[in-house]
Amino acid sequence: MSLLKLQQIQKTFNEGTPDEKVALGNINLHLKPGDFVTIIGSNGAGKSTMMNMISGALTPDYGRISIDGKDVTALPEFKRSQYIGRVFQDPMAGTAPSMTIEENIALAYSRNKPRGLRMGVTKKRRDIFRTALERLHLNLENRLGAKVGLLSGGERQALSLLMATFTQPSILLLDEHTAALDPSRATLITQLTKELVAQDQLTTLMVTHNMQQALDLGNRLIMMDKGQIILEVEEQRKPHLTIPDLMAEFEAIRGEKMNSDRALLG
Amino acid sequence: MFVTIFGSVEQGIIYAIMALGVYLTFRVLDFPDLTVDGSFVTGAATAAMMIVLGYNPVIATLVAILAGFVAGCITGLLHTKGNINPLLSGILMMIALYSINLRIMGFTLENSVGRPNIPLLNVDTIFSTVAAWWGNLGIDAAITSALMGLGFEKVPKTWSALFVGLVIIIIIKLFVDWFLKTEVGLAIRATGDNQRMIRSFSANTDRLIILGLGLSNGLVALAGALIAQVNKAADVTMGVGMIVTGLASVIIGEAILGTKTIMRTTLAVIIGAVIYRVVLALALKSGFLDSGDMKLITAVIVIIALILPQMIDKYKERKRKAKRLAEMRTKVEQGGNELA
Ligand SMILES: Nc1ncnc2c1ncn2[C@@H]1O[C@H](COP(=O)(O)OP(=O)(O)OP(=O)(O)O)[C@@H](O)[C@H]1O
Ligand SMILES: [Mg+2]
Repeated sequence: MSLLKLQQIQKTFNEGTPDEKVALGNINLHLKPGDFVTIIGSNGAGKSTMMNMISGALTPDYGRISIDGKDVTALPEFKRSQYIGRVFQDPMAGTAPSMTIEENIALAYSRNKPRGLRMGVTKKRRDIFRTALERLHLNLENRLGAKVGLLSGGERQALSLLMATFTQPSILLLDEHTAALDPSRATLITQLTKELVAQDQLTTLMVTHNMQQALDLGNRLIMMDKGQIILEVEEQRKPHLTIPDLMAEFEAIRGEKMNSDRALLG
Repeated sequence: MFVTIFGSVEQGIIYAIMALGVYLTFRVLDFPDLTVDGSFVTGAATAAMMIVLGYNPVIATLVAILAGFVAGCITGLLHTKGNINPLLSGILMMIALYSINLRIMGFTLENSVGRPNIPLLNVDTIFSTVAAWWGNLGIDAAITSALMGLGFEKVPKTWSALFVGLVIIIIIKLFVDWFLKTEVGLAIRATGDNQRMIRSFSANTDRLIILGLGLSNGLVALAGALIAQVNKAADVTMGVGMIVTGLASVIIGEAILGTKTIMRTTLAVIIGAVIYRVVLALALKSGFLDSGDMKLITAVIVIIALILPQMIDKYKERKRKAKRLAEMRTKVEQGGNELA
């Protein structure tokens, strides 16, 4: 059984104008529960557009999306996000800066329950939040009352990741979530991603421009180009894959060299 | 002088309820809601109309809150479902309410549908009811003799209105503080802070915006209802410039007490509203300003309050840059010395 199914997803921006742009050609993708798929591809390949389709931030022109056998194609973003955790590229995007760390986690805590007039932060909840924060090893558990706007980019991204995974969503979407961080912070967030995903065996899609990261993480890999999935690497083959393999595959499919400067450095 | 200040504190505490409403939209929701000028009058008109028709003033005031709540919700609907920008949604609602307010007050007339004002002279209001009970306590007499003893010549007739205002503002403040810490309250704050983020945590931001605007305008209408009762009249023009007054209160309060926590900020807004009234009253009392100048002064206060922080930021930035440049220069000079 597939947990996430994308069937013939198509999306064209600015249709019928000179700016017309086919962002997604015809995407088909099936994920089993527990799959961790890394996604690579050049700028403008349609990676973010695909993530936005899954989260419901965008609706496809054509095609069907289902989660756990349920058709969610027409479900608005806020309803779908009960099952979907997201971390964005921008460290500012995943948290509320003028609210405190504990209030932010409380927002994540209420993701899959109706929000009512109970206190967002109680003594009992605070203990749960503190235990969760300890796993980040950033000493945030002792700064529960600090405003999130005061945290560094890396700290905010770690918090975003914790919040996105807090209620064990069915699907976790990560869109270049380490790209805006310096190398040491990026390594930390990558490590955390590994731990948090493994701990709850979250079904995950991760976009990255760092090929090494794409090879190191996850059990499957897909490569996108010009709105198409041009390569799918399955579980058996992924552990043996190397960067030169990927470059060769791209050349064989597209008949041109991969523009690899950004991809390699990531 | 003392009586003037007393009077403006009395009014300021009631206007503080309105300022808290403005705080909810402008600051918490980050939604510049101009409905306020209309919903303030809606509160006043609804309460005055019902009181004149013989309803209990408490019931009349509660219905006034509800009317303001509905008005705010409609502004929210215009913005979220109609995709109309926040400023325009508020302006449209404000204009619409002008006509609606005339109609509301018109309910008191038999031969006409619209009415521009309702006097509340010989009817029971919340304030007159409390004043009657308060009078038996003998507190006023005690305070008066104490103040006379201290050498004040003119003293306020009664402290009951101030008492009513204080009780209500304390209840409202505690309510707002509590609400903004509930799950729904947190979600409303997050909507004002980072809408995209809170949507990714399954919050219906449209509904939260509508609710926030409803609550805000409910408070504004409550202030209108109380002002009508304490001043013994409702008038269709009494809301003009209310939004700027509210904003001035919020800005003054925040400048004095800061925004460290919610509880502190709501207190700041209340104090800001009172200070605003007092300053205004003193400016008028001093004689070179006419009561017609009030709106102009208010606008100037808000303009200064908006521009001053920017200028301070720029000044600090320039100083920081100059300091860094100086540091770099000394470093270069030291480096040069070492080389030499
Ligand atoms: N809202 C939009 N309106 C118009 N065109 C858009 C919109 N969003 C994306 N596009 C276009 O669709 C194409 C795919 O964009 P997308 O953001 O999905 O690429 P990406 O693979 O995420 O690229 P990157 O690696 O640079 O993030 C691009 O050509 C982009 O310009
Ligand atoms: Mg992208």
